[in-house]
Amino acid sequence: MTRILIPSGALGLGYDQTALDRGIAAKPDLIAIDGGSTDSGPSYLGRGVSKYTRASTKTEWAGLIRAAQSAGCPLVIGTAGTCGTDSTVDWLVDITREILAEEGMTATIATLKSEQTTVGDITPLPGAPDVTADEIAACTHIVALAGAEQIQAALNTGADIIIAGRTTDTAIIAALPLQNGDDAGAAWHGAKIGECGALCATNPQSGVILVDFDAEGFTVTPLADGAHATPHTVSAHMLYENSDPFILHEPGGHLDVTAASYTALDETRVRVEGAKWVPASSYAVKLEGARVMGYQTIIMATIRDAHYVANVQKWCDDIAVKHSLKVADRLGDVAHTTELRIIGGSATLGDLENRQTTPHEVGVMGIVTAEDQDTARAIAMLLNPYLLHHPLTKTEEVPTFAFPFSPAETDRGPAYGFVLHHVMELDDPMQAFRLEVLS
Amino acid sequence: MTRVADVVVKVRSKNAGPFWLTIDVFCGDATAFERIVQGLSTDRVAAAFGAAPDVVKRFDIADLHVVKFSMPRPKIQGDILDRDMHGAGWAPLVAEMTLN
Repeated sequence: MTRILIPSGALGLGYDQTALDRGIAAKPDLIAIDGGSTDSGPSYLGRGVSKYTRASTKTEWAGLIRAAQSAGCPLVIGTAGTCGTDSTVDWLVDITREILAEEGMTATIATLKSEQTTVGDITPLPGAPDVTADEIAACTHIVALAGAEQIQAALNTGADIIIAGRTTDTAIIAALPLQNGDDAGAAWHGAKIGECGALCATNPQSGVILVDFDAEGFTVTPLADGAHATPHTVSAHMLYENSDPFILHEPGGHLDVTAASYTALDETRVRVEGAKWVPASSYAVKLEGARVMGYQTIIMATIRDAHYVANVQKWCDDIAVKHSLKVADRLGDVAHTTELRIIGGSATLGDLENRQTTPHEVGVMGIVTAEDQDTARAIAMLLNPYLLHHPLTKTEEVPTFAFPFSPAETDRGPAYGFVLHHVMELDDPMQAFRLEVLS
Repeated sequence: MTRVADVVVKVRSKNAGPFWLTIDVFCGDATAFERIVQGLSTDRVAAAFGAAPDVVKRFDIADLHVVKFSMPRPKIQGDILDRDMHGAGWAPLVAEMTLN
């Protein structure tokens, strides 16, 4: 039997304190929370920074440290600081030490680091982009996703607080039940159901859930007032952000939930049995990497004149041609990508948009990407007069459109891109990871 | 001209990692589920996304009254030309499709 308390889907999203107090009273064996995801894009991994503010992270993390001390159990965070680089692990260690000092608490901290300086033989996963050795070398950060084995090693140090770099979302939850000899299929399945907190229940914003693992299956209990798990909410969570709702690949094997059964125990709790863990013949971890794809400057105009709104695509096409010639004339042969994105037209779907209606106003966002920031800004500055004054015909009075800002151009800095969607085989699960107990 | 959205409870699209997109059609009941299973072909969904039909994975999940489609993202998440970091904005392409 293993009882895991999960405060929310991610540190930074907030949690229901009353529900958390109920969880503490239920005497969990471990409090586990995810600290990250790739879902907000490549910039966080590229820069090695958190998506959430330090202030928000500190407030929520302090509450969880107090919760773990009250419950007398370890606290584990996976993918600390959104991306799980060494820099975000160190960032959270710094916050943790500050909290412990301010609150007069003592705790042993262990860190598990996932960052890779080089990668060996790698194998592409389905949908992976072609990648060259130069592109891998250009990554500002590469992380490997730790599984249950590395989290178990961290737990076995006896540390009170474990701050892990990149892990799979499920590993921090599955590790202890697996170590305790609970059913392996249930350990991974319950971890997947629980990894987004109460997203597997009604009142998903409430965050806090308990998952009880045993030799036959697991039981999900949401803890907030008005939160109920039903066989439908729990089983439907396998759809969420999963390309295959029945199979989940993890280091060392895969989970198959095809034969799982979901039963309501009462109005709040759901019992799940029947998932299978299928061990693989080798131990491979997934890699993530990000590199700078270019530097961006954006410039935006809004258009309210009905004639221009109705003809905005023609207006943009016309500007694109003239601007391209102007760039060549003034800056020479510079590599760049310049896009005029019509907000109110096809901004979300681009070429896939199949509806055409005329709104009462539109925005045109110029997005320039070039090899350095100065070039990107110069190209955006050459767009400026067109977005401000370009007439549809030569005969009409020169129009002027709305610029929300001065200067009209905004530098976005480096634009990062995801590079790797590959796995790397390891002889030993700890081979690519570094575990340290801090003094 | 019945559209998917006229029959189902909700269509959701979301990243499944940076390289895949997944679209869940929550039908709500067995009748709507059957209507979607019969009236929305994988080929037509693939075409709406500019994808080759053989790269689109389809799951007809009767227990949940859900039809799920997964495919490589039209653009990799965060690509210079990607327009939707979280992938949620593609759902209307399916919701607005007409049923055969």
